[in-house]
Amino acid sequence: MGGGLGSPSVCRADLGLVGSAHYCVPAYPSTLLPIHPPTHPPTYPSTPLPWTNTMHLEINRLSKQFDTRQGPVLALDDINMHVETGEFVCAVGASGSGKSTLLRLVAGLDMPTAGEITVDGQVVMGPGSDRGMIFQSYTLYPWMTVQKNVEFGLKLQGVGSKERREMASYYLEVVGLTKFSRSLPKQLSGGMKQRVAIARTLASRPKIMLMDEPFGALDVQTKETMQQFMLDLWNRTGVSILMITHDVDEAVFLSQRIYVLTAHPGTIQQEVFVDLPRDRTYTIRRDRAFQDTREGIMDLLRGKTAPALVG
Amino acid sequence: MGASVPVCSTFGLTPVTPASPSFSTAPRSTQGMKPSVFWRLADDIPKPMSTALMVLSIAVPFGLWWLVASLDLVNDKFLPSPIQVAQALGRLWTDGFLLGDTAASIMRVTVGFGLAALVSVPIGIAMGAFASVRSLLEPISGVVRYMPAPAFIPLLVIYLGLGEAPKIALIFIGTVFFNILMVMDAVKFVPKALLETTYTLGGQRRQALFQVIAPYVVPNIIDTFRINIATSWNLVVVAELVAAENGLGKRIVLAQKFFNTDEIFACLLILGVIGFALDLSLRGLMKATCKWAVD
Ligand SMILES: Nc1ncnc2c1ncn2[C@@H]1O[C@H](COP(=O)(O)OP(=O)(O)O)[C@@H](O)[C@H]1O
Ligand SMILES: [Mg+2]
Repeated sequence: MGGGLGSPSVCRADLGLVGSAHYCVPAYPSTLLPIHPPTHPPTYPSTPLPWTNTMHLEINRLSKQFDTRQGPVLALDDINMHVETGEFVCAVGASGSGKSTLLRLVAGLDMPTAGEITVDGQVVMGPGSDRGMIFQSYTLYPWMTVQKNVEFGLKLQGVGSKERREMASYYLEVVGLTKFSRSLPKQLSGGMKQRVAIARTLASRPKIMLMDEPFGALDVQTKETMQQFMLDLWNRTGVSILMITHDVDEAVFLSQRIYVLTAHPGTIQQEVFVDLPRDRTYTIRRDRAFQDTREGIMDLLRGKTAPALVG
Repeated sequence: MGASVPVCSTFGLTPVTPASPSFSTAPRSTQGMKPSVFWRLADDIPKPMSTALMVLSIAVPFGLWWLVASLDLVNDKFLPSPIQVAQALGRLWTDGFLLGDTAASIMRVTVGFGLAALVSVPIGIAMGAFASVRSLLEPISGVVRYMPAPAFIPLLVIYLGLGEAPKIALIFIGTVFFNILMVMDAVKFVPKALLETTYTLGGQRRQALFQVIAPYVVPNIIDTFRINIATSWNLVVVAELVAAENGLGKRIVLAQKFFNTDEIFACLLILGVIGFALDLSLRGLMKATCKWAVD
């Protein structure tokens, strides 16, 4: 480990990422990684790599129509939204409101029918590692160990094996799974798999992390743990996150801003600012502000107007 | 029992205030399904039981054979006893036929099936991964696959003579299309999300093909080989029955000429044992190389 990182900084350019050679993060001292794996509660590296770059995601008059056998389906209609540096933004909506479609368009996995998506002024034309994606289905490579899974994004980008190993170990530490680095995905629980996927995405140092109902398949207790974990992770790294969920409570708990989507066609009904401190724990659910916000959004989804939230 | 209205008793709950007194709260039968060990659906049985059943699986047919042969119900020219077969086996061994014939058959299978494997993996993966290649090759392989391979023997003899070439070609033709289509199917089952994840991690299509799709289907490829090598084992005997200088199939034809049923039995036994050994070794290979995919 000693002297493993000769250069004082890890640049995005070194990792083969696009268009941000100016953005560098301080090197992490490898001695900070505890030798003994964290138990509960996990002991995270004390200085997580911060996301210090600026990022601006903009979605402009976006529409997506699917041509199906039953005729055209307008999944998204005239969507306008944005995510700024270090923000945690959620989009909530019922099933079928086009949330997954929206995220897939941002990821570049699908092309819009009209409108455009830009990241730092560049139009999204296809998938890339600057927009890391977390799917609801655990998308770990089943034949790779946890460590290899986390390394894989870097490997794809041509990062050397030594640096890859250190990066992966670091992010496994960040998600508290060092102990499981040699395990196979099938030996992990759902929440752990999702944490590996998050570590894998973070290791690629994306500008923004896209999450498609990442905790939708988890049981209630694990889900709550993962939400807290996600919030802490975001607070410690400052990575920009765009997450979609049907769970209003989850959206209010996690995000600073919420886009409320309605279905058929998927449109943004309202943008809601969550006026809660960044540092939250489950007790915040008892706060009046939390409950008001949640109920307001529920009313929006039910189709009632919520004057308290307007403006 | 009288009321047919379902009650909550199965959940172990007692209604606090029954909304309507019209149904009985008396416990209904909670018998449920009777437990079973032998008839468990899609479940394991205890290890000793499985071992015992596996021993029976070999011992019972063998015992029946022994019994029928020793009761002299059938002339032992038609049904040799296990001892006579063992003696025939010894005879074939000392004459050197056993080793030579087995080696000849195994060689043909190895070359023929090896070539088929070599060709089918890249083509199958390409067909599974690219709809374009699939459209191009699926119809033709789908049709040729249903032409029974033995029907090619006369043509192969005309084209390639009587040496090793037609036998190897027969095995190749008889297995390559099945291999291709089975590998193709495996590739179609690679989760799309896994490929999309690869793209969002910065992977290119070529990387997704070689570093995600290919390793993902390795267990399926081994399984495909395990299933289709049985076919090649069939075909080699068919080829040797028709025309050959040596091989286990040839030995069976010769034994028939001299009415040596004991030798036929001996050859059948050898064929079964070798086939089973092939199957076991491919299972072993799977366990050794694809820990992630086994149970
Ligand atoms: N590939 C597709 N082809 C046709 N219709 C689709 C496709 N993907 C999504 N849709 C339709 O678009 C609408 C939105 O779907 P989706 O984005 O999955 O919603 P959500 O994620 O909010 O549940 C649905 O009506 C769905 O049927
Ligand atoms: Mg969805």
